[in-house]
Amino acid sequence: MDRIPILKMGDLLLVTIQVDMHDRLAMTLQDDLTDRIVTARARGVLIDISGLEMVDSFIGRMLANIASMSRVLDAETVVVGMRPAVAITLVELGLTLNGVRTALNVDKGMELLNSLGGHQG
Amino acid sequence: MFLQRFREGMQSGSTDILESREWKSVRDFLQDLSAERAQQGYSPSETATFVFSLKEPLFQRLQSDLGKNPDALGKEVWSATLLLDQLGVYTTEVYQKSREELIIRQQQEMIELSTPVIQLWKGVLALPLIGTLDSNRTQVVMETLLQRIVETGSAIAIIDITGVPTVDTMVAQHLMKTVAAARLMGTECMISGIRPQIAQTMVHLGVALGDVTTKATLAGAFATALHKMRLAITDVKA
Repeated sequence: MDRIPILKMGDLLLVTIQVDMHDRLAMTLQDDLTDRIVTARARGVLIDISGLEMVDSFIGRMLANIASMSRVLDAETVVVGMRPAVAITLVELGLTLNGVRTALNVDKGMELLNSLGGHQG
Repeated sequence: MFLQRFREGMQSGSTDILESREWKSVRDFLQDLSAERAQQGYSPSETATFVFSLKEPLFQRLQSDLGKNPDALGKEVWSATLLLDQLGVYTTEVYQKSREELIIRQQQEMIELSTPVIQLWKGVLALPLIGTLDSNRTQVVMETLLQRIVETGSAIAIIDITGVPTVDTMVAQHLMKTVAAARLMGTECMISGIRPQIAQTMVHLGVALGDVTTKATLAGAFATALHKMRLAITDVKA
C-alpha cells in the first residue's frame, strides 16, 4: 500500500505530497503523522503541497484537521507551496483553512516554523 | 465574384440557403463581406441593400424571359424573392455576430487592462483596483494576483481600493475571497485606499473585513509592509 513519506529534520517533520491525494491516502497520512509527531516529539510540521494539482473539500478539510491535531499535540503546522488554482478552488469551496499557517515555499515555511518555535530552544 | 458563386448556388437547385452545402461558398463570401464592412463602419442595412440590389436586374430578366406566362413569372419571382431575402437576412446576422465578438473582445481586454499587479519592493506586491468588483473581475484579479505571487515569491500583497467607487457587502465578500486565496498561498494581504465616505458606508452596512489589516493610504500600507519585513527607509541627510 502506498504511503506518503514523513521525513524528520531535527525537531521538525517534513511531508511532501507529490501525488494526487485520494481519500484513503489522506486518512493514512493523518494517522501516520499524528503517530510520528508523538514518537519524534516534533514541534513543527511542514506540509509541502506544491505537487498537488487537485483538491476537493475532503482534502481541504483533512489539511485543516491535521493542523488542528498537531496543535493539540503541541506542534505547529505550516502548509507551503499551494498552487494558485488550488487556492482558488479551496476559496470557492468555502474552505479558507483559517487555523492553518501558510507560506510560499519550503524555505519560507522553515523560517516561519523556526521563528515560531524559537523560544523552546 | 459574388455572381459567379450565386449562379453556382442557383444551379444546385437547393433553396435552403442558411444550411445547405451548395450555398456554402455564397455564405462564406457574404460573411467576409459583412465582417469587412462592419469593421469599415457600414451599417447593416447598407450591406443588406447590396444583396437586395440584385432583385431589380433579376426580376427584369425574369420579366423578359417569362413575360408571356404570368403564372410561371409569379412563381419564379416569389422564389427569387425568398432566396434573396434569406441572403439579406444572413448578412445582417453575420454583421451582428461580428459586432458582438468585438464587444466581447473589448470587454476581456478591459478586464485584463484594469488589473495590473505591480511590484513595489522585493517581496511586496500592490494591486490597485479601479472600478467596481463583480464576480467576473474578482476571478481575473485573483488569478493575476496569485500568478504574480508565485512569480515574484512575495510575502505581502497590498490591495489598493482607492479607485473602487463603492464598497458594499458583495464587493467586500469578493475582496475577502481574494485575501483568503492569497493567504492560502502564504502571502499576507493588506487593504489600503479606503476613503472616509467608504469607511462610513462600510460600517453602516455592517461590512466586515475580518482580521485583514486595513490602511487609509497605499503609503501607509507600504510602510507597514516594510516594517513587517524589518526594513526601513532612512533620511540620507541624517
